[in-house]
Amino acid sequence: MRSLIKVGMADLKVTKNPGVLTTLGLGSCIGICLYDPISKVAGMAHIMLPDSTAIRNNANPAKFADTAMVIMLDDMVKNGAVKSRLVGKIAGGAQMFSFSSKNDMMKIGERNAEAVRSLLREFKIPLKADDTGGNFGRTIEFDSDNGALLIKTIGHGIKEL
Amino acid sequence: MSDYFDRVNNNVVLDVLKEIGNIGAGNAATALAKMINKKVDMTVPKVNIMDFATVPEMLGGEETEVCGIFFKIEGDMDGTIMFVLSSVSAHTLINLLMPGMGTGEFDDFSLSALQEIGNILSGSYISSLSMLTGLNIQISIPSLAVDMAGAILSVPAIQFGLIGDKILIIENDFIEEMGGESVQGYFFLIPDIDSYEIMFKSLGIEI
Repeated sequence: MRSLIKVGMADLKVTKNPGVLTTLGLGSCIGICLYDPISKVAGMAHIMLPDSTAIRNNANPAKFADTAMVIMLDDMVKNGAVKSRLVGKIAGGAQMFSFSSKNDMMKIGERNAEAVRSLLREFKIPLKADDTGGNFGRTIEFDSDNGALLIKTIGHGIKEL
Repeated sequence: MSDYFDRVNNNVVLDVLKEIGNIGAGNAATALAKMINKKVDMTVPKVNIMDFATVPEMLGGEETEVCGIFFKIEGDMDGTIMFVLSSVSAHTLINLLMPGMGTGEFDDFSLSALQEIGNILSGSYISSLSMLTGLNIQISIPSLAVDMAGAILSVPAIQFGLIGDKILIIENDFIEEMGGESVQGYFFLIPDIDSYEIMFKSLGIEI
């Protein structure tokens, strides 16, 4: 029986087979999905900003890529995952509104994606799939049975990574 | 800064924001009435400071299709303003403006009309704020997106995310009096951190 576990904005969850993690309507945020194919432990974080050290208000670790990654890894290991076996998939990081100016806040999706990729490299977690960018929202479902990532959009189709 | 919205979340500040919302939305309703050449009524706006996670529910859930019309604010204070409405409300609005055009599908024509409605509403809102504060504030050209509520709202949520875990929303109901059709619109006024202080200071409030 598949149970759908919802991950909210600035939130993270870890589950074991047969749990399915989902986050709805990702825009500029990133869904970071980590998976251990042997223990079938899966984790998902819905991060909003790249770096907790750049912000004074950093009380919620799940809001930032750097702190969310550390907590999620820890939680996954507690649930039986082995760090060296983990693989990663990421989605989101869109630019919902376009402006011609160089305003950094407008490019937050891109900056989020870059930060997450460099964190994965740092933790030596291979990035198996990357569906980021564009100007549209994504709903994602991450299956702990096989590590498949389903991506649904409005007007840009459905795909499985 | 972690207690920023705790400090903002007191009655005086909320009353001021509500009053800005009231006057701004009143002007917006007048502008809308002129545009559609009908009497438009407006309920007293609701000012809410909410958790991020609960915001999309107001619009029917994270995956509900909504329209967001987004502007940068420039001048004596910087920030952004976004006007969001459900696609259903957007079609009602297009129909009020151009009877027969709000067919349930967005085409280039209806999208550009919507962009212009957003422009007029946000413009009147910002000019009220400018008058109340005495600050010189302008808005940029609009940028429109039709997508999932969660995705559209991630933009103001991230900007508010820089100063706290809450988000400030002003909800307006516009009602066209003859037909009784109602349009719910939501304004997200997001001054940059420093501009928040400038805005309140110009209104004579210390926070």
